[in-house]
Amino acid sequence: MLAFNFFGATEGGLFDINATLPLMAIQVVALTYILNSLFFKPVGNVVEKREKFVSNNIIEAKNKLSEVKKLEADLLTQLQSARTEAQRIVSEAENESDKLYKEALELANNEANASKEKARLEIESQTTAARDQLTKQADDLSELIVNRLILEK
Amino acid sequence: MFFNSLLTNFAALEVGQHLYWQIGNIRLHGQVFLTSWILLGALLVFISLGTKKMENDPKGLQNLLEFLWDYIRDLARTQIGEKVYRDWMPFIGTLFLFVFVSNWGGALIPWRLIKLPSGELGAPTADINTTIALALLVSLSYFYAGLSNKGWRYFEYYVHPTPIMLPFKILEDFTKPLSLSFRLFGNILADELVVGVLVFLVPLILPIPVMFLGLFTSAIQALIFATLAAYYIGEAVEEHH
Repeated sequence: MLAFNFFGATEGGLFDINATLPLMAIQVVALTYILNSLFFKPVGNVVEKREKFVSNNIIEAKNKLSEVKKLEADLLTQLQSARTEAQRIVSEAENESDKLYKEALELANNEANASKEKARLEIESQTTAARDQLTKQADDLSELIVNRLILEK
Repeated sequence: MFFNSLLTNFAALEVGQHLYWQIGNIRLHGQVFLTSWILLGALLVFISLGTKKMENDPKGLQNLLEFLWDYIRDLARTQIGEKVYRDWMPFIGTLFLFVFVSNWGGALIPWRLIKLPSGELGAPTADINTTIALALLVSLSYFYAGLSNKGWRYFEYYVHPTPIMLPFKILEDFTKPLSLSFRLFGNILADELVVGVLVFLVPLILPIPVMFLGLFTSAIQALIFATLAAYYIGEAVEEHH
């Protein structure tokens, strides 16, 4: 039965080719159009829209990230310059205060020296005056003693 | 004796028997159309359900359909190339879905329970008419793809890289549809026969692994058919330098 029908040309058989072939081809072509409008187009639209959305978002995020990085670098340089500026101001102020301190110290030293000198001069003059007076008194006293001695005689 | 009983069993499988429809002068294999209509109807219902309410955040069936779409796109894109794969994706996808649904439908649905006056229902791809129809469509497609993309320069392909290739390339135009159709037809028919014979000989348990193997083969055959079709189209539209 099997062998008999295998290449059966007229009726039946595995290799019985007839109008099923073109009709099936037409059916598949029709199916292609139906599936294209029912399946491939709508699903493709949705998927591609989503892919576009995602890639757009990624691009946007990348742009934002690069912008943030730029701003960050900008801020960093600003911070750096502000820091050096601050350092400069601080050192300037330190120098200034140092100078002022030195000036004040010198002034105070000078003043102290002057007053010391003055005091020394005063002391000296007073000492001289006192010595003079003492000498004078000694002279007076000696004169007095001399006179007394002379008078007693 | 055993051989005889095997033969009668084969006969009971009704190999090569068809349900003939006579329309005017032409004769059709009715069982092929019946099963293909049922399976394609199921496929279309499935797809209509899945694409009824498309959302940006896919749910349920839409997920599955999008996965399928992505799978077919990848297949078409890798074989045909970035430039023209869009034009051929529906055709490749239809081939894949048609072959896949036919193979699996033929293997999974217990068609034998439905008695026909002659022949029996089964996978539409187990009929040589179907596979030759598909293979010829592939042949027409790659000729059309080559001619529409490159015009007469398409025939440079036949003498590429040397004119010595000409007879082989011409021969290929015949072997391509032949191998496509017979590969699919042979695999699916063989699977049906093996399962059928095993079910007749050992009705319990033993046929199950073979049935699983059949499902595997069916899916692979669908993939092979679609991939080869895409590859042939890709070969036809490829630019030689």
